Amino acid sequence: MILEQLIDVFLLAFLAVISIAVLRMRDLFGAVMLFGLYSLTSASLFMVLDAADVAFTEAAVGAGISTILMLCTLSLTGRKEKSLQKKAKMLPLIIVLVTGATLIYGILDLPPFGAPDNPPHTHVTPRYIEQSPEEIDVPNFVTAVLASYRGFDTLGEVVVIFTAGVGVLLLIGRRRRDEKKERAS
Amino acid sequence: MSDHLILRIVGKFLIPYIMLFALYVQFHGDFGPGGGFQAGVIFASAFVIHTLLFGVQSTQKIAPPWVLKIISSSGVLLYAGVGVATLLMGGLYLDYDVLAADPIAGQHIGIILVEFGVGLTVASVMMLLFFTFADRGEQA
Repeated sequence: MILEQLIDVFLLAFLAVISIAVLRMRDLFGAVMLFGLYSLTSASLFMVLDAADVAFTEAAVGAGISTILMLCTLSLTGRKEKSLQKKAKMLPLIIVLVTGATLIYGILDLPPFGAPDNPPHTHVTPRYIEQSPEEIDVPNFVTAVLASYRGFDTLGEVVVIFTAGVGVLLLIGRRRRDEKKERAS
Repeated sequence: MSDHLILRIVGKFLIPYIMLFALYVQFHGDFGPGGGFQAGVIFASAFVIHTLLFGVQSTQKIAPPWVLKIISSSGVLLYAGVGVATLLMGGLYLDYDVLAADPIAGQHIGIILVEFGVGLTVASVMMLLFFTFADRGEQA
């Protein structure tokens, strides 16, 4: 139990260190790499929380493909961030601090983390856990929830991914064809 | 990349195993962690490695963008089509119970089909995105 908490604290501290490092970094290549590391650390954190499916997704999508896509973007734009004139501005800092304080105030009302009588554990989760072996008989009931109980949501997610692909192709893929035509003519 | 012989050979050696792992994640998703989303991304990453090692042109010979466009839309159509099929067979939309005589077998068929649709769409969209960026990078 103490070891588990130590790992949690260590991973969370690591996340904080990485995010501060990303903020302070001017080299975009390093920042992209740190983002990948951030995703990998979050994946470990999800794994410690026993959310294997989420950890898997975070590792594959967040640390894998996103890093590659960001590197591709970097090869188009350039590696260094333009240096800004350093002028200390108070207003953004105040807004961030107030928002953060509000969020922390909001956290105070939340039920304790992981308590068995929390609303999410008393509402539909017991039904999924108890009924899914009889209704669907899939050993991993995360899959049962995603594909069957909440099939509509997953259909929506697939449509979102498809739309994202179509959008990128329309924005970037199209112009390339025009350039080719221009070059040919 | 042509002078990185070791990277090329080791990378080439890894590609079939990545694909096999993707298929394992795809079709074992109802027993272990995984499913269409993760499998699609892992499958696409095999093609990403191929592109990094051998260039966009040679990878696009294996996976031409027009084929990927068709696959990405057919994945969504497969998912939505399962819903329409259950409607036609007398159930509700995406109610897999009616797909087979036994409701549990129907659920299994439905989940496998639907996850396969997810995998197709995710893999092909990820490849398309990557190719679009990589293509522009090569021209610049």
